[in-house]
Amino acid sequence: MAGDVKTKLSKNLLRMKFMQRGLDSQTKKQLEEEEKKIISEEHWYLDVPDLKEKESYIIEERSFLRCEDLVYGRMSFKGFNPEIEKLMIQMNSKCKEEEIEEDDKMEADVSDEEMARRYETLVGTIGKKFLRKRDQRVLKDDDEDDEVEEGNSNPRPSKRAKKMFLKPQD
Amino acid sequence: GTAAEALVGQVVLPGDLLLLPGHYDEDAESERLRLSAGATPQGRLLCGPGLRRSGAGLLVTKCGLLRHRPAGGGAYWVDSQQKRYVPVKGDHVIGIVTAKAGDVFRLDVGGSEPASLSYLAFEGATKRNRPNVQVGDLIYGQFVVANKDMEPEMVCIDSSGKSSGMGIIGQDGFLFKVSLGLIRKLLAPKCEIIQELSQLYPFELVLGMNGRIWVKAKTIQQTLIIVNILEACEYMTAEQRKQALAKLSGN
Repeated sequence: MAGDVKTKLSKNLLRMKFMQRGLDSQTKKQLEEEEKKIISEEHWYLDVPDLKEKESYIIEERSFLRCEDLVYGRMSFKGFNPEIEKLMIQMNSKCKEEEIEEDDKMEADVSDEEMARRYETLVGTIGKKFLRKRDQRVLKDDDEDDEVEEGNSNPRPSKRAKKMFLKPQD
Repeated sequence: GTAAEALVGQVVLPGDLLLLPGHYDEDAESERLRLSAGATPQGRLLCGPGLRRSGAGLLVTKCGLLRHRPAGGGAYWVDSQQKRYVPVKGDHVIGIVTAKAGDVFRLDVGGSEPASLSYLAFEGATKRNRPNVQVGDLIYGQFVVANKDMEPEMVCIDSSGKSSGMGIIGQDGFLFKVSLGLIRKLLAPKCEIIQELSQLYPFELVLGMNGRIWVKAKTIQQTLIIVNILEACEYMTAEQRKQALAKLSGN
């Protein structure tokens, strides 16, 4: 019965989305290809070689605002309208700011090297403050051992063992 | 055609063809050779009002003086004189409210069509909090849509949502119309006329690119004096203006 129903369904119906959800990818691809074939055969195209459009670098502009450097249209003088006077300073300095924006590098008060040095020591000292007691002890021992035996690459099993997880014995 | 640089600062007439550096030959290949030799145009060239792009050069469409700005890729435009304003996107203008149609105000800006301004285009305006705009009020705003196919639309806020001086212009004061060329002269940075006037009395001034100026001073007489000077500035020379101002500050 199901097989009979399938053969009676039209191609357009089968192409609809809800019918294609159950299909596997291969049949889907086939249907797509068939569709493309139909479209490309009907598709009209010009039998003329492509014209290369010259890249034009001229922009047409109808506004004077972008050509000339005009100030803001609202003005007030001798304190007649203080808000407008504030606005005047703001708007006219905004125009100048756009020119200055190109040189944005600020001179640093502190040089990069000094910054790195300070940061190194700072992070270490503050970081130690927030360590847990266990880690603080380890750090202290490490420092002492480092001072006594420099260049000793032997691991200290007793201290390392403390850190590792010891499985509870049954 | 002639080279564009040669005509900067001179009178050009409609129909003149201006050639740009690097494009003296019509042939595309020789153009590439030239570009490496001569002064290459860096970036995009701005073709301002009064000029149209035509092939490799610029075609003049209005009569006036040719101006040039070398910064930012270069710009050429024609400094022409006219009284009739044509709405342009981005221009700040003074409009007169002629009608309230539902949620939109109709403003007369001196163009061929009334501009529309939505009541939400003010700073801090919401559907409940409407701006207090009546018919006959003056509004200072800018165009967001202005082309020959559509009705111009205005707003009174800028791209970040702030009003930055736009909106309803207050009570009193005097509105009058001048030519567009004078407005641009007054809006030039460090304009002498404005500097000299600012020494006279305290006053407030709003200049719209559509040729409208609004002035307000402490007394009616002072307002009218400023109006008369601004109107006469169009045809006075600098010396005449200075004489007139000297007489005024003497009185």
